[in-house]
Amino acid sequence: MTTSRRQFFGRAAAVSAGVALTSPLAEAIAAPANDTGLVDVAFRVNGERRRLSLDPCVTLLDALRERLQLTGTKKGCDRGQCGACTVHVDDRRVLSCLTLAVTVQGKDVTTIEGISDGDELHPVQRAFIEHDGFQCGFCTSGQIMSAVEVVEEREVRTDDQIREAMSGNICRCGAYPNILAAIKQARES
Amino acid sequence: MRAFDYATASTVDDALKLARPGSAFLAGGTTLVDLMKLDVLTPDRVIDVNSLPLKGIRLHAGGLRIGALERMSDVAAHPVVRAVHPMISKALLLSASGQLRNMASIGGNLMQRTRCDYFRDVTSACNKRRPGSGCPALTGVNRGHAILGTSDSCVATHASDVAVAFVALGAQVVLRGKDGGRTVALEDFYLLPGSTPDRENVLGPGELIAEVVVPVLPWARHSTYLKIRDRQSYEFALTSVAAAVDVKRGVVQDVRLAAGGVGTKPWRLRAVEEALKGGVAVERTFADAAESAVDGARPLAHNAFKTSLLKRSIVRALLDAAGVR
Ligand SMILES: Cc1cc2nc3c(=O)[nH]c(=O)nc-3n(C[C@H](O)[C@H](O)[C@H](O)COP(=O)(O)OP(=O)(O)OC[C@H]3O[C@@H](n4cnc5c(N)ncnc54)[C@H](O)[C@@H]3O)c2cc1C
Ligand code: SF4
Ligand code: FES
Ligand code: FES
Repeated sequence: MTTSRRQFFGRAAAVSAGVALTSPLAEAIAAPANDTGLVDVAFRVNGERRRLSLDPCVTLLDALRERLQLTGTKKGCDRGQCGACTVHVDDRRVLSCLTLAVTVQGKDVTTIEGISDGDELHPVQRAFIEHDGFQCGFCTSGQIMSAVEVVEEREVRTDDQIREAMSGNICRCGAYPNILAAIKQARES
Repeated sequence: MRAFDYATASTVDDALKLARPGSAFLAGGTTLVDLMKLDVLTPDRVIDVNSLPLKGIRLHAGGLRIGALERMSDVAAHPVVRAVHPMISKALLLSASGQLRNMASIGGNLMQRTRCDYFRDVTSACNKRRPGSGCPALTGVNRGHAILGTSDSCVATHASDVAVAFVALGAQVVLRGKDGGRTVALEDFYLLPGSTPDRENVLGPGELIAEVVVPVLPWARHSTYLKIRDRQSYEFALTSVAAAVDVKRGVVQDVRLAAGGVGTKPWRLRAVEEALKGGVAVERTFADAAESAVDGARPLAHNAFKTSLLKRSIVRALLDAAGVR
């Protein structure tokens, strides 16, 4: 196995990858595999620096929920189909169930726990409460994380455009009319 | 998910050196990670290519060049793409969801598997996933399957929307391998299933898609991408049509047409294009020409509706692109 300074390995099986790293550049890309076959990953979550040793097959969703106890992000389908697991990576909404946690090395992750300003709720959160944008609440953190991006999109104006922009977030309770109303209000504030 | 080595590379050469039989490149991960979770794909090494310099959207003499690692949402929103080939932007915006478009790359989009639900289910037979095991779709549920380019081995469609726009516009893909680079027309990049549906394209082991080059046709600004599906949004196409048409003094001078959702690969409609050239740009001409779209079609038990749906979609797309009403 060839190893250059620009590469590193992690081995998901309990076998040491035995990689020697020679350059600080490599460490800047990501931490090396250690003896247990795990990969050290350093990233920021809601502004805080976190470091985890992870099996490469762990998704960002599982790392957030199981390792960092940030259970606000929900697991709906775990297949990229429902949007319940939506978080922001470097300020873009993405699906944490299809993101391998090792790939967020050095990045900024924002979850539902990180969008309020102390006790001051994010305008999108306030609007969801005011408009009853939920019933059971399971899809809500994903809806809000999506909506936080959508309210900033200048080309999303009409009701139909908002529905289209939000179509990756499924709500099995069918709270769509109230979610739409909440987003319209949040756009204006 | 099966155990795998995770590796990153920051140069194309390094990424290619890391590639070996059984390895997989990781871009946005939106289909690779999904298929790995299902045990449909079981690479023993995953090579993260996101740090490779395969980015950028540029207008060159040779055409519009789009780096393979550009994200679907960025390409869709790019002012040059919108100005030169609005059809590409439209096809992308009608694909997947906002979150998936933020994650997914153009290279990964073109490389998504030609597949069906049986392929995703490891407990069922599938000639593509397990060569020689049979194709349950031939006699099973096949409403979403292809009517063009099928074989007795496989009838799955290629699900990419933007690939349909690219094929209509005659785009090429630039490939990089250990022995250098080569350029292939996207239409020829994809293979028909024949008796080897497990081979979907001409990409060799350890080859990468570096960029897509789309010829600039000044008149192709008059274009559209029409996508017909079971629900309004966030769904794959039953049928889609990419159309660009050049009409002068009411006569069709030139036209580019391709269809999605109906073929085992993105389907360029050359016979329809030929039938249209020189014709008067009215609905009757479009409808007559659209007849040849389904020559050689092989409908299955549940998808015969696609033959008429395709013809009507072609007419509607042409009316829209030509601005005729
Ligand atoms: C719920 C859902 C709905 C969807 N709906 C649509 C839709 O309506 N229309 C549509 O077009 N698509 C749709 N998709 C598919 C989506 O567009 C693709 O999953 C995505 O484009 C793949 O890109 P990626 O970067 O995430 O690829 P990855 O998952 O990272 O990779 C996919 C494959 O491509 C290979 N690969 C990646 N980059 C390269 C490269 N540069 N060179 C060579 N090989 C490479 C990988 O090894 C892998 O085999 C949908 C997906 C989901 C999950
Ligand atoms: S249509 Fe193709 S992908 Fe689907 S089951 Fe048959 S062989 Fe497999
Ligand atoms: S849990 Fe990620 S999309 Fe459903
Ligand atoms: S509030 Fe119950 S799923 Fe949306």
